[in-house]
Amino acid sequence: MLTVTGLCTDYVGERGQVVHAALDVSFDVPAGKLFTLLGPSGCGKTTTLRSIAGLERPRAGEIRVGNDVVYSSNVFVPPNRRGLGMVFQSYAIWPHMTVFENAAFPLRVAANRGSRQEIREKVTRVLKTVDLGDFAEREATKLSGGQQQRLALARALVMEPRLLLLDEPLSNLDAKLRERMRFELKRLQRELGITTVYVTHDQSEALALSHSIAVMNGGRIEQIGSPREIYERPRNQFVADFVGSSNFLEARVLAREGDFYRVSSEIGGMKVLATDVLATDEIVTISVRPEDIELSESKRDGENVWEGTVYQKIFLGESVDFVVTVGERRLQCKTHPSLRTRVDETVFLKMDPEKCVALKRN
Amino acid sequence: MSTANPTITADAIGARGTRFDAKWLVIAACVALTLYLAVVPLGFLLWQSFFTPQSAAKAAQFTLDNYRQAYASEETWTLFWNSLQFATGAALIAFVIGTALAWMNERTNTPFKGLFFALSVIPLIIPGILFTVAWILLGSPKIGLVNLVLQRVFDTDAVFVNVYSLWGMIWVDGLHYSPVAFLLMTAAFRAMDPALEESAVMSGASVPQVALRVTLPLVWPAIFASVLILFVRAVESFEVPALLGLPVGIQVFTSAIYQAVHRYPSQIGLASALATTLLLITSVGVYFQSRLSSRGSKYATMTGKGFRPRTIDLGRWRYLTTAIFLAYFLAIVVLPFAVLLWSSLQKFYAVPSMEALSRLTLDPYRTILSYPNLARSVWNSLLLALGSATIIMLVTSVICWIVVKTKLPGRWLLDNIASLPMVFPGLVLGLAIMILYLYLPIGVYGTIWIMLIAYVTRFMPYGLRYNTTSMLQIHKELEESAAMSGASWFTTFRRIILPLLKPGLLAGWIYVVIVSIRELSSSILLYSPGTEVISILIWELWENGQYVELSALGVMLILLLFVLVLAAQWLGRKFGIREA
Repeated sequence: MLTVTGLCTDYVGERGQVVHAALDVSFDVPAGKLFTLLGPSGCGKTTTLRSIAGLERPRAGEIRVGNDVVYSSNVFVPPNRRGLGMVFQSYAIWPHMTVFENAAFPLRVAANRGSRQEIREKVTRVLKTVDLGDFAEREATKLSGGQQQRLALARALVMEPRLLLLDEPLSNLDAKLRERMRFELKRLQRELGITTVYVTHDQSEALALSHSIAVMNGGRIEQIGSPREIYERPRNQFVADFVGSSNFLEARVLAREGDFYRVSSEIGGMKVLATDVLATDEIVTISVRPEDIELSESKRDGENVWEGTVYQKIFLGESVDFVVTVGERRLQCKTHPSLRTRVDETVFLKMDPEKCVALKRN
Repeated sequence: MSTANPTITADAIGARGTRFDAKWLVIAACVALTLYLAVVPLGFLLWQSFFTPQSAAKAAQFTLDNYRQAYASEETWTLFWNSLQFATGAALIAFVIGTALAWMNERTNTPFKGLFFALSVIPLIIPGILFTVAWILLGSPKIGLVNLVLQRVFDTDAVFVNVYSLWGMIWVDGLHYSPVAFLLMTAAFRAMDPALEESAVMSGASVPQVALRVTLPLVWPAIFASVLILFVRAVESFEVPALLGLPVGIQVFTSAIYQAVHRYPSQIGLASALATTLLLITSVGVYFQSRLSSRGSKYATMTGKGFRPRTIDLGRWRYLTTAIFLAYFLAIVVLPFAVLLWSSLQKFYAVPSMEALSRLTLDPYRTILSYPNLARSVWNSLLLALGSATIIMLVTSVICWIVVKTKLPGRWLLDNIASLPMVFPGLVLGLAIMILYLYLPIGVYGTIWIMLIAYVTRFMPYGLRYNTTSMLQIHKELEESAAMSGASWFTTFRRIILPLLKPGLLAGWIYVVIVSIRELSSSILLYSPGTEVISILIWELWENGQYVELSALGVMLILLLFVLVLAAQWLGRKFGIREA
C-alpha cells in the first residue's frame, strides 16, 4: 500500500546548517497493517512521516501510495492533494470551530464535495466511531485532552483516506489515559482495516500496537520486524538497548554448535544464539534481557549457569529488580517477588541460550 | 502490491511546474507592495537631496549644494543643537516621570493603581496637536491659566511659565511622551524576577548595594533602550516644535523641513538634505535600540514564570506618591481636557471667570458643525483610516505569514524592510512621498490616494507587529492539518489563518484606525484643497486663530478616540480571554 524507497530528507537547522534527517530510508507497508517508526528524538522518524505526508520535501527517493507516485525525483504532490489522513502530536484542533466543523472541514474543502446532507451524515458517523457523537456542537477548545485526540482522529478519518499517519498521537496524554487510548487506537485500526504509519518514541506503545516496527537511529532504519522479532532478536546493540533494557557482555566466538555458538564472555563460557553467521574468534556483544535471567537460591544444572552475589535489590510490587555481581560484572535481573534473597547473599543465575543473542560489532 | 507502471497523477504533473500555483501571485503582490512602499520613497528622497529642482526649462542636475547650504550655514548648527537639546530634554523628562510612575505602580502600595493604566492610553486619545494647543492655553505668558492663577495668588505681573521657549517645548513634549515611558518601564519592572533581588538580599547585600549591583545592571539595557526610543520620538515630533518653537524662532529639524517646503519658492532639495540628516539620526537611534533590546533578552530577567511582584509598603510616604500621581494626572489629562472644554463653550476665547461663566454657549459647536470643510474632512479621515487599516492588516498578515511560517530565504530581510518605515519621521515620509509622486506621473499627486499611500506606509510596521504577535501563537500544525485535510493554500489562509489571527488583526486594525485619524505630520505636506483631514482642519483653525472652534472640534475628536480605544480594549479582552 505504501512503499518508501531510498528516501533522503534534509532540512536547514537553526544555525543554517544542513541536517540529514532521513538517510536512505526504505520500507513497505502492506494494506491494512499498522507500521511503526520507532526511535529516540532526532532519529528522523517524524521527518520520514512528514515526507510521506508531503509536509517536507525530500531530496531523493520515491514514495508511492497504492499505485500513485506522490514523490520521486520529478514528482511532488502537495500535501493537500495526497488525500492522506494525519493526526498531529499537538492534535492541531482549530480553536475557532466547533467539534462538528473541525471534523467536517476536510469534506467541506474537498473539490468534489457532497451535499450538506451527505457531509452531515459522514461527520456524524465518524464522530460516533470515535465516541464523540454527543459533542458535535461543542466548542473544540472545551474538549479534554483525550477527546481532542479522538477528534483529531475523526478529522483524519472522515475523508476515508488510503493511508493514516499518526505523529506521536498519545504523547500529550497522561499515563492512564495513554494506556486506554492505546487499546482504543488498536481496536479502531483493526476494525477499519486502515493502513497506518505510526510514529513514536515509546517502545511499549510500538510493541503493543504494531504489526511491524522500524527502529530508526541517526536518520537510518536499524531494523524492521514484527514486535516479537524486534524484542527477541535485535539486530544490534542500539535496537536491543532502545527497545526494552538489556545486559551487554563482550565475548569472543569459539565454535559453532548447530544453530548456536559457543563463546567466551566476560563472565565465562556461554552458549548463545546468533541471527547472523559469525566467524571463529570474532568479537561480538551478547545481549541478555533482565527478565531472561532466571535467579534461584539453589544450584542449577545445564548451560549458562553462574554463581553470583546480590549487590542491590529494588522491590517494585509486581517484580523485583536485582543487581547481581558475577565475577567483575554486574548484571540486571528481573524476577518474581517470591525470591527473597538478601543483599550480599549468594544467588544462582541461569540463561536460556535461546534468549542470549549475539550481536555483530559494526 | 504491483510495482510495475506506477501511475503519475495529474496533480503530480502540475506540481512539477506545468501549472502555476496562484498562491505565489498573492505572496508576490504583497511582497512587491511592501518593497515598493518602504524602499522607493527613501530612494527618491536621497536622490532629490543630491539634485537641483527639476523644472520645465532645466533638467535636474547633480549637486552637493543642498548639503552645502544645509551644513555650511550657522543656522544648521543652531538647528542641530536645538534639536539635540529639545529631544534629549524631552526624552529625559518623559523617562524620569514614566519611570517614577512605573516604580510607584509596580513596586509600591500607592493607592489609585487602577488609574495608572488609564495613563497608557492617553497619548492615543489626546493627539499631539490638541495636547500642545491645550498647554498653550495653560502656559502662554499672556493668556495662560497657570500664569494668571499664580499672578493672582502672588499679586504680581511676573510671567511664571512660558511654553513658547525651549524649556516649554521640552516640558510639553516630555509630558506627552511620559505614558510611553511608563509602559516601557512597567514592562521592564515586570520582566524582572524579584528572586534576583531577594537572593542578593539573602547573600547579605544592603538595599543600596542591591540597587547598585543587581537592580541597576539588570534594568540598564531597558533604561537605555527606553531613553533611545523616547529620544527618537521626540526628535521626530512636529506639533510641539511647530506650534511652540516657530513663533519665537526656535527651529528644530522637523519644523525647519516644514518651513523649507512651505517657503516660496519651496526648497525641496534643502528639505531633503535636512530630512536625510534627520533620518540618519533616527536610524542610528532605532538601530542601537534594537541592538540593546536583543542583547537585553540575554539577561536572565525574563523567566517567563508568573511571579508575584514584591511591593514595598511606603507607609506614610504613600500620601506623597499619591499626591505626585494626582498632580501628574491633572497635568496630563484633567487640565488639558478641561481647558479645551472651557474654551469650546465660549463665543470668543476668554480666561475662566464668573463673568465668562455666565456667557457659556454652544456656539462654537454650531459653527464647527456647519464649517464648510468639516464634513469633507471627516469623510476623508474616515476613508483614510478605514482604508489604510484594512489594507495594512491584510497585507501584513501575508507578510508575517511569510516571515513566521515559511522557510523562504531572505524572509528576515522582508521583515526588516516592512519595519523600515518605523525610522521615518512622519514629516520625512511625507516629504519623500511628495517628491516621489511629483516625479512619477501616475496622477496620485494632489489626490487622496497619495495620503492613503503615506498612511499605509507609515503604519505598516504597527500592523506587522500586531499580526506577528498573533501569528507566533498559531502552531504550525494547525495549518499543516488543514493541508492534510485537502485544503489549498487559499482556503487554509482564509479559513484557518485569518480566523486564528483575529485577535491581533482586530486590535491592530483599530490601532491603525486611531493613529490614522490623528495623523498630522505626513498629511501636512501631502494634503491639498479637497483632501483635508480632521487633523489638518485643526491645524488650519489654529493658523486662523479660531481657538474656540478648534476646541469644540478637539473635544469631539477626543471623545471619538476615547470610544475607539475603549472598543479596542474591550475587543482585546474579549478575544484575549477566549484564546486563553
